[in-house]
Amino acid sequence: MTEPPGPLDYLHRWPIRAWLLAVVVFLYAPLITLMAFSFNVSKRNIVWRGFTLDWYRAAFQDSDLIAAFGNSLTIAAVSTLVSVALGALTALLLWRFRFPFKAALEGALGLPIVVPEICMGVAMLVFFTQILPWPTTLAWPLNLGAIIISHISFSFSFVAIVIRGRLASFNRELEEAAKDLGAGEWRIFWDVLVPHMRPGLLAGALLAFTLSLDDFVITFFTSGPDTTTFPIKVYSMVRFSVTPEVNAASTLLIVLTVALTAVALRFSGGAAAAIEAGEGL
Amino acid sequence: MDESWRRAKAVFAVLGGPPVLWLVAFFLVPLGVIWGYSFGENRSLTEIAINGTFGNYVHAIKPLYLGIILKSFWFAAVTTALCLVVGFPVAIAITFASEKTKAWLLLLIMLPFWTNLLIRTYALMAVLRDEGYINTILGWGWSGVSRLTALAGHPLGAFQPLPMLHNNFAVVFGLVYVQLPFMVLPLYAALDRLDRSLLEASLDLGAGHLTTFARVVVPLAMPGIVSGVLVTLIPSVGAYLTPDLLGGPSSQMIANVIERQFKTANDWPFGAALSFLLMYMTFVAIAVQAIVTRNRARRAA
Repeated sequence: MTEPPGPLDYLHRWPIRAWLLAVVVFLYAPLITLMAFSFNVSKRNIVWRGFTLDWYRAAFQDSDLIAAFGNSLTIAAVSTLVSVALGALTALLLWRFRFPFKAALEGALGLPIVVPEICMGVAMLVFFTQILPWPTTLAWPLNLGAIIISHISFSFSFVAIVIRGRLASFNRELEEAAKDLGAGEWRIFWDVLVPHMRPGLLAGALLAFTLSLDDFVITFFTSGPDTTTFPIKVYSMVRFSVTPEVNAASTLLIVLTVALTAVALRFSGGAAAAIEAGEGL
Repeated sequence: MDESWRRAKAVFAVLGGPPVLWLVAFFLVPLGVIWGYSFGENRSLTEIAINGTFGNYVHAIKPLYLGIILKSFWFAAVTTALCLVVGFPVAIAITFASEKTKAWLLLLIMLPFWTNLLIRTYALMAVLRDEGYINTILGWGWSGVSRLTALAGHPLGAFQPLPMLHNNFAVVFGLVYVQLPFMVLPLYAALDRLDRSLLEASLDLGAGHLTTFARVVVPLAMPGIVSGVLVTLIPSVGAYLTPDLLGGPSSQMIANVIERQFKTANDWPFGAALSFLLMYMTFVAIAVQAIVTRNRARRAA
């Protein structure tokens, strides 16, 4: 026996269901066909001619593509570490203290989130050519420094929002208790605050990693010929032609991101945390 | 909760120092330099003199560039309107789903956001181009119909693919595709906080679902609508990749012009002025939101 749907049970009404289905098809069909056709024999990418892994072989033998992928992962890893550290400090600062110009600081921290990407991209281009010229001859991975710094600049505010959201649910009595039991600042931070922040730290790390891996525009203005990242490389391939090799490379990246999301969800308490991270935007 | 910074100066410095230094050195200084350049002019190939001129801004509102700025706004406005129309029923469906379904639906809407923007745009190219999926399917349909009419002695001409890529349609389509999740999330967040008994009261008192939607749901969800509109509108106005890859020669937006000033035309001061026009507009949009929110708060109090 199923109960008749209530008046507000909109999900059980067919127009809403059809609409939802159409939106999901709209969002997913292009991505799923992209992934499916990376296994297609035909180079023309439209008609299915049979299953092959040749395009993956081609992608793996493309040393430029592999190098770009390595660069992207390195940049994302370093940027995530620093962004989480800076984001956690920012969140703790704003959560704990009252100080002059606090509102101004909060406003300034919100800037990297609202400033259009293109503006930040050109600002970084000018900064790294005029103010702090980044030497192009440095050994890997130091030559990625300019890109990494730019990525941290736009990521850490996002991380701070996520962690601050988590801190809001902290029970201050725990801190009082730790203090009464003789713990110092450092001990309280490490043994009480950090464990409480952990889901926020993870969600923030996932966000920073994805933002870095995803970024095209800002990297486009800070990368040089020797420091291509995966999106920059794919961009030049796409401009040249639409080939199944690009599909194969894209599929690998999609699988990687989905896997990372799944891992992060598992560690940070289910879909709710991802939603929290998303709402922080 | 709020401890005065004076009570633990060392901790305050340790917590505040690194983020503030980073923000100033690697974010505010670069933006400040661009801002300075927007009041400067090229002296030689490598030298830019910041002499307080407004020439770059005057140059930016000449008809050619003003047209591109207005077109960027038009594209962004159409995109935002479409996202609102497409996203609202989705947000409603998520809001009134059971807890478990809700989490899955949100994940379903969020997941494309986690995939690379470039890859999503590339996926659309494969859908929209002349030899793409839509045109291939239309072509099959066309030849089927043609075969039928040939029986009656009137075969149709050769199939002309619908031009769907490298034009304005493709740009708006691409922007909606990319921005939709950003619209749905704030809408959902606002609807989820809504007092359901108000909706039930409206329905009980004889209003239909559409009347309830227009006269109860929309006014109550207004803060969510405003922030959804902003988080869709601002990135759309400044979009670079979508018009670059999906657009044609006549669908260039501000960001493409800015990029050209910095990478090929080498007119940094003009590019800087255009970037800052985009920034000023962003600030105005945020100020409008702040005012709307404050007015509502005041009315509620």
